[in-house]
Amino acid sequence: MGLMERTQAALAKMFPQPASAAPPPAGEENQEAPPREQGILAVDPARHGCHLDVLCGPGQVVEVARTLDREGYFLEAISGVDWPDKGQFEVIYDYNRLGGEHCRVMVRALVDRGEPVVPTISGVFPAADWHERETFDFYGIHFQGHPNLIRILLPEDADFHPLRKDYMP
Amino acid sequence: MTVPVHLRHDETFVLNLGPQHPATHGVLRVKLTMDGEYIVKAEPVLGYIHRMHEKLAEGGTFAQFMPNTARMDYLHALAFNHGWALVVEKAAGIEVPERAEYIRVITVELNRIASHLLWWAAFLLDLGGFTPLLYAFDDREKIVDLLERVTGSRLTYCYLRFGGVYNDIDDEFIAGTRDFIKRLRGRMPRLYHDLVTHNIILIKRIKDIGFVSAEQCRRYGATGPVARGSGIDYDIRKNEPYSVYPEFDFDVPVFDECDSMARYMVRMHEIEQSMRIIEQALDKLPAGPVMGKAPKVLKPEAGYYYSAVETARGSLGHRLVCNGDKNPYKLKLRSPTFSNLSLFGEVAEGMLLADALAFMGSLDLVIPEIDR
Repeated sequence: MGLMERTQAALAKMFPQPASAAPPPAGEENQEAPPREQGILAVDPARHGCHLDVLCGPGQVVEVARTLDREGYFLEAISGVDWPDKGQFEVIYDYNRLGGEHCRVMVRALVDRGEPVVPTISGVFPAADWHERETFDFYGIHFQGHPNLIRILLPEDADFHPLRKDYMP
Repeated sequence: MTVPVHLRHDETFVLNLGPQHPATHGVLRVKLTMDGEYIVKAEPVLGYIHRMHEKLAEGGTFAQFMPNTARMDYLHALAFNHGWALVVEKAAGIEVPERAEYIRVITVELNRIASHLLWWAAFLLDLGGFTPLLYAFDDREKIVDLLERVTGSRLTYCYLRFGGVYNDIDDEFIAGTRDFIKRLRGRMPRLYHDLVTHNIILIKRIKDIGFVSAEQCRRYGATGPVARGSGIDYDIRKNEPYSVYPEFDFDVPVFDECDSMARYMVRMHEIEQSMRIIEQALDKLPAGPVMGKAPKVLKPEAGYYYSAVETARGSLGHRLVCNGDKNPYKLKLRSPTFSNLSLFGEVAEGMLLADALAFMGSLDLVIPEIDR
């Protein structure tokens, strides 16, 4: 069993109704498919740059991080995305392996734009500390349980979140 | 009359290192809680040169962001060009002619050598050695002249285009590059290694100082020479090959000592490996165009894209989200030193201040790339 299959199997335990109900072939655009609630999708790394696309609820990000930590992954980055039309923020966690067999995992979680709260994973990966602060800085997404959730790149007296799509300087 | 100062052991004071300090090579501030000469807590404070490149990316087209990429890591600007070109080419499905990929590799590797030389010069300057800077800048000047010939600029390059490169290389560039490699190989053993690497003063300053374990690298996401100095065999050029790197025979230097000396040795060996790559690329350089077919207006399909390249400081990732429009919907730059610096606080705890500065130098920080 390859690393990707092993990771997929480890993560699948978290999703009682896995995406295997109707998995589109690897690499196919998933835009046309009906929106997924959650689950794991294998995607074409040559096209999208990652092997697994995991969509989970905000409550599951810590468990996903713990699973990937056990599998020897490291956290590469956390990004926020603003979707004002859907009234949601998206938090994207990029995981990768330091050497050995290569596998990239993209974990996405959607949160309500009005009350954006996601639990912190800085307890699992200290790397998340600064990345979460940055996402808070730019989007105003609160990472619950973060030990030091203050601005990191913008001045400490800034009262705006510049990467929100409705931000006007 | 001098009054002796007695610090009680539970008494600490806060020392501000920077934001204007020669050893931080830019506007980085570190809030240090000190117990005498020893660091109790080190807290990097970022953002003094933050320019919000990610918002600028959203405001313009894909091509308009290319000049910005060089202004982040200004020491290895071509790798940032390359990373941005690769992720957009991946998203938009643009083919690159083989000759263009070879030229990209040649210029990126030349730039990597220049970056390592400048790091070497600045690192030794931090440790109090001025002479190495003169040697390194002499060699670096040759690279900068060569790159100026083909790219048109000396530092903040905007040389790559989606689908190729802006300018072909000529015979004079090829001959100049071969001369440069010959010259640097000739100077390396005496001027770089005899004078500096084997120097007892340097060894005393950086050997067994700044211990970063492999597990720490994984937990903090450290990549590049920092990870390779901790025994982690990880280089994007090998582990996740891009461009035409698989066609070249080169090694990834890995050292297990985990100290500042190991990181120093990784970079010194990487200079030689980059020279090997350039030589092979020049030997095998195919003929043909340097620009492929790329649409004037790029509208990549909606979706999520990620692409990584190996810069002189580690893994640079671009997380690109497209919504089918002509500008990026979201771009996150995963810059290597942002993650590499994040372990500084944990490692510097309990260190002597002077050792912590030597350790900081061994991380090879470029502040505009951290702050973006």
